[in-house]
Amino acid sequence: MLLAVLLAASVVVAVTIGPAGLAPADVFASVLAHLGLGEPTLSPLRDGIVWELRMPRVLTAAAVGAGLAICGVVMQALTRNPLADPYLLGLSSGASVGAVLVLVLGIAVALPLAAFAGALAALAVTFGLARAAGGLSPTTTVLAGLAVSAVFGAVTSLVIFWSATNDSYREILNWLLGSLSGADWASAALAGGALLVVGVPLIATGRTLDAFAFGDAAASALGVHVTRTRTLLLIATALLTGALVAVSGAIGFVGLILPHAVRLVVGTRHRALLPLSALAGALFLVWVDTGARTLFDPRELPVGILTALVGGPVFAALMLRNRRLS
Amino acid sequence: MSGEVRVRAGGVGATGSGGGVATDSGGFGTARSDDPTGSGALGGLRGSRVRFSRASRLIVDDVDITVPRGAVGALLGPNGAGKSTLLHLVAGVERADAGALALGDDDLAALRRRDRARRIALAEQEVHGAQGLRVDDVVALGRIPHQSAWASASAHDRAVVARSLVAAGAAEFADRPYDELSGGERQRVNLARALAQEPELLLLDEPTNHLDIHAQLTMLALLRRLADDGITVLAALHDLSLAAGYADHVVVLAAGRVVAAGAPGEVLTTELIREVWGVEASVLEHPRSGRPLIAFSEVTADAAPPAPAPVE
Repeated sequence: MLLAVLLAASVVVAVTIGPAGLAPADVFASVLAHLGLGEPTLSPLRDGIVWELRMPRVLTAAAVGAGLAICGVVMQALTRNPLADPYLLGLSSGASVGAVLVLVLGIAVALPLAAFAGALAALAVTFGLARAAGGLSPTTTVLAGLAVSAVFGAVTSLVIFWSATNDSYREILNWLLGSLSGADWASAALAGGALLVVGVPLIATGRTLDAFAFGDAAASALGVHVTRTRTLLLIATALLTGALVAVSGAIGFVGLILPHAVRLVVGTRHRALLPLSALAGALFLVWVDTGARTLFDPRELPVGILTALVGGPVFAALMLRNRRLS
Repeated sequence: MSGEVRVRAGGVGATGSGGGVATDSGGFGTARSDDPTGSGALGGLRGSRVRFSRASRLIVDDVDITVPRGAVGALLGPNGAGKSTLLHLVAGVERADAGALALGDDDLAALRRRDRARRIALAEQEVHGAQGLRVDDVVALGRIPHQSAWASASAHDRAVVARSLVAAGAAEFADRPYDELSGGERQRVNLARALAQEPELLLLDEPTNHLDIHAQLTMLALLRRLADDGITVLAALHDLSLAAGYADHVVVLAAGRVVAAGAPGEVLTTELIREVWGVEASVLEHPRSGRPLIAFSEVTADAAPPAPAPVE
């Protein structure tokens, strides 16, 4: 509850931050005016900054952060792997390939669909590779994800480099590291829609995920159809990851950091962990993206650089804590 | 082939009468009115010609098993005999390739998973910790088959969890993290989780592992009491004397097949122990309970392990 209020406040405050000197009141005025509830009081330029540039970007950041955190929780629970996350297991890179094929080559497939297909392909290859390499232990899975990420990342770069006419380096960076600089209302709608359609049902699976806490046999003895559930839920995470990556590129570590941070506070019960991680993920990415666009003003950092800066050490800490697992 | 089953099921432990070891309240040898043929054991577990193989290796080979309702059944046999797999088949963790399993009048294969989980609970031996879960959270997992996805735990759920913690002797560490418990404490929590499922049939895989002798006897006495309350119990055990002292019915597995089944006094003989475990043993009579007590002779260190009973 507190997190939800904090998130709403953060969205408003984050919109004001930047070189236009806006106040929270200006944000309210603009939003009300666009919802047809008030008279426009801002100049068209300032109103445009709020409504056309920053508002959709901040909302996209919130949706992407929430979605990635949900994906992280679900994947960690289903694979009993504390290091699972859409980025580390290669799903994000796979989704990038799908998205880039549509955007850059103009292949006539719906963008989220292509990204979903890419994420699903990456998921299948990662788990197939890990299983062939001796089982789905945290270590083999992460290594397989590394290999998959490397190849799909290279394919993304190649496609952009081969086809793009102008600033292909910048474009490549944005896809590989993730960036919200191009976010508009269409991206907010796509990310928000995916969160609503896939993310919210995933939040309702808390009880099922709890059943996996003691492994597949225990889950099965508690009445869970293990194979079907795992397949279905992993496909759902691929779908959600695909939609999110299609608007933001492969932002790393959000699905890793937030679930673990929230777990430290509320424990492992998924019925609390899932919604709280979603809120925390949204909050986190709103602020990190605000940092990414203002720290080196007027230049902009791909937001993935900042998430990796936080996520790398978290990953290392988890690795040390879980050395007996691998 | 089921021809090797020397003693058919239904023979409830009527060997000893009266008495009991110190921790027990004297529930031994209570004769139960079950159909002596074992074919119509009311509400109990019945399996016939159950067969299961993994990676083209036959692990459970035409097993017939019966545990009458409210009886304590012990599943005995050397390591790798298929005890855990058989328990998994009954719990629905694995699906049998052939044969039939029934609880009461219901074919287990026809039950929905969730319905099966409301009637059969499995307490496993080796449970790797779920990080960050408290003991009462772990026990609450047992309520999952009874709960809908959205509803939060009801007062009834909480009452069952509390009762299960007390029954399993785990109440005093209810608020400790599961992964900080000792092996014996975890065993009790695993049992409490299974009890929270409110099962008709309770399956346990080596429930006395990691326990000291007092805790072992307490565990078996508890299973005895649960059975007296009407729960059917089937436990895989290693300690033959313990099984003989508490079980109404023992089933001996070797290399996936039932070698013998029936009352402990009839099944656990010197010959059978030699044949199945490759160990010389004298079967004595417990001075107080009158139940079989097995005294083993030395095995020399270079003695060959028993040749598994031939499969096929």
